[in-house]
This record gives sequence, structure tokens and C-alpha cells, in this order.
Amino acid sequence: MADIKLMKGNEAFAEAAIRAGCDAYFGYPITPQSEVLEYLTAQEPHKRTGMIVLQAESEIAAINMVYGAAGTGKRVMTSSSGPGISLKQEGISYMAGSELPCLILNVMRGGPGLGTIQPSQSDYFQATRGGGHGDYYTPVLAPASVQEMADFVRLGFELAFKYRNPVVILSDGIIGQMMEKVELFPQQPRAVEFDQSWVTTGKTPDRERNIITSVDLDSARQERHNQDLQKKYQNMREHEVRFESINCDDADYIFIAFGSASRICQKSVKIAREKGIKVGLLRPVTLFPFPAKEIKKLSKQVKGMLCVELNAGQMIEDVRLAVENNTLVALHNRMGGMVPTPEEVYHALLQKFSIE
Amino acid sequence: MEKENLRLDEIIREENIVFHKTSLLTDKVFSYCPGCGHGVVHRVIMEIIEELGIQSDTIGISPVGCSVFAYDFMNIDMQQAAHGRAPAVATGIKRCWPEKYVFTYQGDGDLAAIGTSETIHACNRGENIAIFFINNGIYGMTGGQMAPTTLSGMKSSTTPYGRDTMLMGNPIKMTELVATLPGTYFVTRQAVHTALYVRKFKKAARMAFENQKLKKGLSFIEVVSNCNSGWKMSPLQANRWMEENMLAFYPPGDIKINGELIKKT
Repeated sequence: MADIKLMKGNEAFAEAAIRAGCDAYFGYPITPQSEVLEYLTAQEPHKRTGMIVLQAESEIAAINMVYGAAGTGKRVMTSSSGPGISLKQEGISYMAGSELPCLILNVMRGGPGLGTIQPSQSDYFQATRGGGHGDYYTPVLAPASVQEMADFVRLGFELAFKYRNPVVILSDGIIGQMMEKVELFPQQPRAVEFDQSWVTTGKTPDRERNIITSVDLDSARQERHNQDLQKKYQNMREHEVRFESINCDDADYIFIAFGSASRICQKSVKIAREKGIKVGLLRPVTLFPFPAKEIKKLSKQVKGMLCVELNAGQMIEDVRLAVENNTLVALHNRMGGMVPTPEEVYHALLQKFSIE
Repeated sequence: MEKENLRLDEIIREENIVFHKTSLLTDKVFSYCPGCGHGVVHRVIMEIIEELGIQSDTIGISPVGCSVFAYDFMNIDMQQAAHGRAPAVATGIKRCWPEKYVFTYQGDGDLAAIGTSETIHACNRGENIAIFFINNGIYGMTGGQMAPTTLSGMKSSTTPYGRDTMLMGNPIKMTELVATLPGTYFVTRQAVHTALYVRKFKKAARMAFENQKLKKGLSFIEVVSNCNSGWKMSPLQANRWMEENMLAFYPPGDIKINGELIKKT
């Protein structure tokens, strides 16, 4: 029988972490994601699966605990929101540089600075452009439901280990806080046997010592390392693009939105269709790699595309690059924790493309 | 001549060798300045790991600073940490491998400035790890800038007229500070500039690893060291200056043993 529960997005993520066989979580409280740490400590997963949960002294410490733990080859993760994610960037860059797998949840709130605790999507640039120093990318998954908050834990770990790279789940205050029904996948055992060829376990006589580092002062070697990393990111671009397409086949106009904004647009599509306007929704599920090919394809068959974002217009830059001027691209956005209604988005569509 | 060679051959025999380089040090030439304490500290830690037979269960954390490439010299599994974060990295490893031996190797800028928070909280949680804290009162690798441990009046490249404590505060005694935390089990200050001090340090280093089996808290070993290039002195001058000034302010000796403070801090 299906295991269906009514849960907050943050709780579903935490429960899914235990069920996905996560070995360790290191976190620090920040609104609107504190339920992840609270749920995990309440569940006492060390009794359920042996999973370690530790509240660190800061986001910086938490991500460096993740860095150390990831070096042991185990499934490890952390979560935070904008201001805390900024603090974690150093650690994420180190993990990208030393090619360590891990899962990082960002339940976005409005910025800049301390900003607001209300939902926002303003960390899009930070997440999709690496975020920290140096040339690197991380796969970015954008959940649009409580169900995906749970499911993307498993997918996230899969990608993290497939590419030995940090994976970011870019959620927001709406998805993290709202309650929905979620079908939880069954408990998976924690991995007992896993690839230990590259991890820190203690050097045995049968192998060379394992070193986890991102530093190399030899420029030629460092360039080769960077070239290898770029190959890996190119591989992700070729194989990991995920998106959801709703009513796009016959559409004259397309909404492009991810996460919570895409949920609003789903309703706007219905309103428009009821009025006889052929509108579809393209929802990028992976923000890196971005579904540029699909958007380019659609751009040749529609009259206009409206990007709907809870930020100043960040994803629209990737959309414009993909569209290559094939069609009109417009933006409807709200900021600072404000969220548009489906009607507002519908009217924005009419206005931006002068639809009578 | 021939006679002398014959005599040497007779002397240099396996059974007569009293000093072996531990196999846990690689053959890579140290990147450290002649006279620097790092080489001795590296050797002693590796000797202890070899003597205890725990190479296959030991993970070290190298810091940012002169010893960033400690993994080039130590033939053990290692992870390189961001500046100051080694105790957090060690926490992550130790929590995942609670039966393994985990140690950090950090300088004073790393441990006592940028990493103060990680240091204090790892100590306070009583992580069952060892922290080796090499204190030379200066940022060595970046060219001799003032560290939190720079002595009052001591010259550095950012205190060219001597550290003015009215402007820059007083040198911080991290070792005494962490000794007050219940999570530390063994806290000591050592040096490695004479054979006697090296012997004492080795004893302390052994205890730091053996303590990890007890799971009673963190072992914190400060090693007061020199930085002759940063101090702009010859190795001998630096050792003399260290004895007279550094050891006067940072007195060697055990501060906490088996969780009990034995020296007033």
C-alpha cells in the first residue's frame, strides 16, 4: 500500500533523506527551512537507520562537516536558505574542486542581505552559475511540489554520485512551508558497501594514500583539472536536462517558470484556455543544465514567451540565450516576498503581448 | 683511506642503526624552511602512527598555510581543509568513521583567527579527535603578517613597528582557553627545538592518538615553533628568541590531563 502523508515540503525532504539512506546531515537553523533540522532531530534517525544528524555552530561549519563527511564516500547533505547558502559557498566550491558528492537544499527567501523570510526565487543566478569562486557548476533541481521535495532527494543523490559533484535543490519558502499530500518511497537501506577506492578510510598497504584536495599550484595540471571538470559539466548538459511541458503542443504563448512560480502559472494556463487563448507552460526541472534546446524549439512555433519569476528576472537571461530572438520574450515578476495571483499573471500575458 | 672505509662498512650495519626514517614519511623533500619546526612535528606524528600500527585507520586534515601540502609528506589518507575549517572537516569525518583516528594539523592564523569558531565548538562538543596546533606567532606562508598569537611589541610585516596591543589587542592563548571547556580531555603545550622537547612532544602526541580510543573528548596539542624566515632571523637566532620570548608568554607543559585541569589557566 502506498505510504501517503500530509506534510510540509521541508518535512517531506527530511523524511525522504532518512528513507533515501542518507548517512549524515549537518545543518544550522534559518527560516524558512528550520523544519528540516527540527524534523530530523525529532525523528532520531540514528535509531531508525543509523543516520547522523548534527546541528553545527554555523553554516560555514555545517558545509565543512559535509565536506569532510563527503570525503568518506558517504551520502551526506545540508540545508539552508539564502543568507546561509551564501556562507556555504566557500565549502561548495571546495567540494566542486575536489569532486565530492553531496546534496544541498536551498529554501529560498528574499534578499539581498538579510532581506526577508518570505519566499523568493532570487538565488537563481547564485545556484545556476556555481555560486562560489572558480569555474564550476552544480546540477540544480527545482521542485514545484511537496512530492518533488521528497523525490528529488533520491534523484539528487543519484546525480551527486554519478558525477561526484555537489547537487543543489533550489526550493523556496512556498514549497518548503506548504502542506500537500506526498507519497513517500519505501525505506532504502544505508549503503554498507560502496566505492571506497577514492575515499578517506585510512591507507592500507595494498593501495596508495587517498588525498582529497582542490589545490594544485602546477598551472598546467590545474588547467587539465579544470578541463576535466568542464567536460563533466558538458556531460551534464547533454544527459541531465529535465523539464515538464504542459499544453505546449498547440500553444501560441508559453509561460516559462520554475518552482512555486510554475504552480501559479499552471492555474494561469487554465484561465487563459477557458478564455480561448492557447497557452502552455514549460517548467524547467533542472535549472542547470537548462532546457535550452526545448525552449529554442518552442520559440519557433509560438508568438511569445512570458517568464514568470519571483525575482528581478534572472532565469529570463537563460531563456533569451536559448530563444535567439526567434520570438518575443517578456517578464512578469514580483520581488521581496510578494507572490502574484494566477489572474495577475494571466493579465500580464494579455498586456505584454497585446492580446485582445 | 681504504682502512677507514672498511671501518665505516663495519659500523654501518642494520643491527647498528639506531634511527630509521619512518615509512610513513614520503621521500618528497620538505617544502619547509631549514630550521622550521614543521618537519620535526611531521616526523613525530608519523612515527606515532607507525608505532601504534594505525596507518590503515588514520585520517589527517591539512590546513591552509605552510603545511597545506602536509599530504605530500605524510603517507596517510588526508583531506585538505579551507582556511580555519579543519575542526569542522574532522568532525564530519569522525562522525562518519567513529572508530577511525582523525587529527587536524593547523597553524595559529588558521586555528586562532579565521577558525576560532570551529576550534572552540569542536572542543566544546568533545569531538574525539586530536588537534595539532603549530604556533609560531605569525602568518608564515603569506609572508610574516601579524597573527592573533603575535607577541606584544613583536614585529611582523603588518606590525612593522611592533604589535601595539592598544590598537591590535593582546596575543590570544587558545590552549588555555580551550582547556576550560568540558569537551577537551587532554590539553598541552609543547615545543620541538631541542631533543628533550621533541621527546616530550612525542609522548604527548602518542597520548593524543591513544585518547581517541577512550572516546572521552578532544586532545589539543600546541607546539610552539619558530618561523625564522618570517621573523627575519637565522634558525639558531630564531630558536633562542623563541625560548626567551615565545616560551615566556606561552609556557610549555600539560594543562589538562584525563579531563582534569592540572595547571591554573
